[in-house]
Amino acid sequence: MQKGDEILTGSFLEIRAKLLEVAATLDRVDRALDQGETLEGDAAACRAKLDDSIRILLTSDPDRAERLQRLFSREFSDAWRQEFEI
Amino acid sequence: MDYIDPHIHMVSRTTDDYATLARMGCVAMSEPAFWAGFDRGSVDGFRDYFHQLTDVEPKRAAQYGIQHFTWLCINAKEAENVSLSRDVIAMIPEFIDRPNVLGIGEIGLNKNTKNEATIFLEHLELALRYEQQILIHTPHLEDKYQGTRMILDMLCDDQRIDRTRVLVDHVEEHTIAEVLDRGFWAGMTLYPVTKCTPERAVDMIEQVGGERLLVNSAGDWGPSKPTAVPDLIFEMRRRGHSESLIQKVVYDNPIAFFSQSKNFCFQPRA
Repeated sequence: MQKGDEILTGSFLEIRAKLLEVAATLDRVDRALDQGETLEGDAAACRAKLDDSIRILLTSDPDRAERLQRLFSREFSDAWRQEFEI
Repeated sequence: MDYIDPHIHMVSRTTDDYATLARMGCVAMSEPAFWAGFDRGSVDGFRDYFHQLTDVEPKRAAQYGIQHFTWLCINAKEAENVSLSRDVIAMIPEFIDRPNVLGIGEIGLNKNTKNEATIFLEHLELALRYEQQILIHTPHLEDKYQGTRMILDMLCDDQRIDRTRVLVDHVEEHTIAEVLDRGFWAGMTLYPVTKCTPERAVDMIEQVGGERLLVNSAGDWGPSKPTAVPDLIFEMRRRGHSESLIQKVVYDNPIAFFSQSKNFCFQPRA
């Protein structure tokens, strides 16, 4: 099995490229906004989620992928059957 | 390495794809009934589709030495039409004894609505009545976690269901543990953008092991890659996993799960 050092160095260029895509996309959004204009509605919510996801990436717990998935998921209610009367 | 793709929609693929899959080592596949990209207008539309799944595709696959199996249902997206869904469920027994039918699927939820849940439960009744295995579609993206939890609630509420005969498909990092912990089989779908990459799938294999785990391409009419399972084999080899573990996930496990269906008359290569 690969060591952590090998995985990171082997994946570095790929990760770098993905991060650059994120950075360039956020820059593109900012350039498209007029001065003083901010994102609204769904777009603002999406941007906030991206900010939250970036904060998750900066943590050190080993379940970042699962926590990102949860962040991008709708809430689950145990009472769904009562709501649907099923 | 010989492998089995347990979830691929070959009605959407070209004959060239069959040839490519055969060259890549695919020896068998199972094709769940799904959404055609448009809502069908009548039960006869489904009757024709089930004829395609049980008669046309097995012949097309056989030309390339691939054994073709299938699952029948009305998918979750069209299940919003409850009346049509009930007509289709009533018609399915016409096809259930066809020699390549493994069970009922891919049933499940799409937008997690009351109508979808109602038709899901009626499909479960059909499967139980005919002692069929069950293959389950879980929703995409933000609907997946909620929908998977709802599906598991419905399955676990019914004591008649044998969990070892149920495959819950399209699991990802936030749903895989609960599916396996509750005793079901889990399927990982390698699909660009909306599901899982080969690399992430191998990450999950490394975390949960290979028990009761299947890997599929879902190759369909959307942006998908029918040769995604060989991509996973390559990624596992690249990381140094044993041939026995790779074979377990892409060959032995599908055989173990499908063998619970009386129609799974798989002939390994000599």
